[in-house]
Amino acid sequence: MNKEEALQAYLIRLGDNALILGQRLGEWCGHAHQLESDIALTNVALDNVGQSRNLLTEAGRIEDKGRTEDDFAFFRKEQEFRNNLLVEQENGNFAQTITRQYLFDVFQFHLYKALTESKDEFLAGFAEKSLKEVTYHRKLSGDWMVRLGDGTDESHAKMQEALDIMWPFTGELFEMTEIDEVLIAEGIVPSLKDIEEKWRPEVEAVIDEATLAIPDTMGYMARGSRDGHHTEYLGYILAEMQALPRSMPDAKW
Amino acid sequence: MTEKPENDQGQLWEVFIQAKPGIAHKHAGSVHAHDAEMALASARDVYTRRREGTSIWVVPSNMIAATTEQDADSFFDPADDKAYRHPTFYTVPEGVKYL
Amino acid sequence: MDTAEREKQFQEKIDSGLKVEAKEWMPENYRKQLMRMISQHAHSEIVGMLPEGNWITRAPSLRRKAVLLAKVQDEAGHGLYLYSAAETLGIDRKTMIDQLLSGKAKYSSIFNYPTISWADMGAIGWLVDGAAIVNQTMLARGSYGPYSRAMVRICKEESFHNRQGYEIIYQLAKGTPEQKEMAQDALNRWWWPSIQMLGPSDAQSKNSDETMRWRIKVESNDTVRQRFIDRTVPQAEAAGLTIPDPDLKYNEETEHWEIGEIEWTEFYRVIKGHGPCNRKRLKARQDAEREGQWVREAAAAYAGKQRARAVKAA
Repeated sequence: MNKEEALQAYLIRLGDNALILGQRLGEWCGHAHQLESDIALTNVALDNVGQSRNLLTEAGRIEDKGRTEDDFAFFRKEQEFRNNLLVEQENGNFAQTITRQYLFDVFQFHLYKALTESKDEFLAGFAEKSLKEVTYHRKLSGDWMVRLGDGTDESHAKMQEALDIMWPFTGELFEMTEIDEVLIAEGIVPSLKDIEEKWRPEVEAVIDEATLAIPDTMGYMARGSRDGHHTEYLGYILAEMQALPRSMPDAKW
Repeated sequence: MTEKPENDQGQLWEVFIQAKPGIAHKHAGSVHAHDAEMALASARDVYTRRREGTSIWVVPSNMIAATTEQDADSFFDPADDKAYRHPTFYTVPEGVKYL
Repeated sequence: MDTAEREKQFQEKIDSGLKVEAKEWMPENYRKQLMRMISQHAHSEIVGMLPEGNWITRAPSLRRKAVLLAKVQDEAGHGLYLYSAAETLGIDRKTMIDQLLSGKAKYSSIFNYPTISWADMGAIGWLVDGAAIVNQTMLARGSYGPYSRAMVRICKEESFHNRQGYEIIYQLAKGTPEQKEMAQDALNRWWWPSIQMLGPSDAQSKNSDETMRWRIKVESNDTVRQRFIDRTVPQAEAAGLTIPDPDLKYNEETEHWEIGEIEWTEFYRVIKGHGPCNRKRLKARQDAEREGQWVREAAAAYAGKQRARAVKAA
């Protein structure tokens, strides 16, 4: 695998994460518990969709076969998507959405922060701009983690259940492949081991403040997205998202 | 142990936005939130989506004291005939500068 | 000062073009009419998120997805501004939401129609928001300060909605034959509801007299409707689409487009709850409210705990 191939694959990994998370958050629009939160969740969705557009466009540019952001989003099959399993998990209730969001926000924050130092000009610039967005997301979801965890008995129970559901999907956030090795050697991306070292204490502190407990998974964590093996959710997400453009492949929108 | 909120939408907060550094904060509208931190976050999400701001204040609406319509005459009319508070009230000899 | 004298002074103030502010004296009926109108308007924004929200996950390009998200989000914002404006009259948001959920309060009937194709996103932005802008520009000149200021802000944001809608329709109309058919179909379905959305004709409108005397509204339904028609017909022509009205003609003398007869029976049928989506819309709002209750309670409980901790620490 050469540098270009690795970089393109990496951009797709980042772009798919932002796209699928944005898509999930978009499902909330109009259904949140309060108007203020409807607006807040949509802002996070918009930031993510925006990031995915930049990332997938750049992936197409490097690939140099004329593929656009929309070609990547709407004309790839399930097993070609490289988003982490965490972001495709269903919204469930607000507790599940916030927990998924928080666990991912902290990961994305430290990753983007490290990427501001990337030797790749696009990635460094992208990370610089997006880091501001993610800094806000991380604060918002962290604030909610604490409020809901340390709110009422009912909210506490719902949050613990949400953490039990989402936690097993956090392991593969930090899984590295040949793509990472090639790009780390070039100084383009950080080691995900370093990111995990920053992620873990921060997440543990907030979970603690939220009076919640990390579930014991007996050392087992879900994995598969690096090879395009997803949970059952992604197929439905794509069926919904891709139906219209696929029904009229020659149309412009 | 669960505290039942009397108004489940949270408290009403008034939002003041500074559009550019150096100028005064101006009233932009209101949000509902259960605490100040969330009120600030909501104010950011609701009132600065189009780059309207560089700084935000939120104040619980019930902390604002206001004059009433009945006060208006006694509060404000007495200022009407005190033109000597304005520089244009005074004549300055022709040719004299920096006044 | 007795009430009659106060009302006379109030009317003079209105007639001289001054705005009324929240804490000032106002006739009870002025307050009631405004509460009804503003809360109804707020409910319409909130329910109005649903038919468009229906397509967020299915938008056919990422650009369209982002635009639609931003637009539906704006509607939440508009609902929020309007609820705040109504709150200045002494009713709280919770009460208004309860009125909506119990079916006591009305919202714009147009949102009881389904969005069954992507072209409906274009039609709503172009026609529904187009009609709304004409109406809201009028309301922005109204006598109640908080409502009129909310309208000014909303109108500024709405013009993006209107344009993006027309862009969708125009793109479809100039696209493949199948896309053009989608655009025409959406126009066929949304044209008359948009015309009706601006309210009953002046002869039938029971609230019009008083609201105009108090300058809550500064123009009649029919005047506003005519302005919308005159603006929209040429836009349809530019896109190569046909307005679904065989009687539509241009009157050279008045320089207005004249439409055929409006089918009011249909309008009242949907208002009375018999449109295709009335139940679905209301249920979506009821579900959101019910399923969100534990979140609001938790936020309140946490705030309470924090206050108690602060007291203890001090």
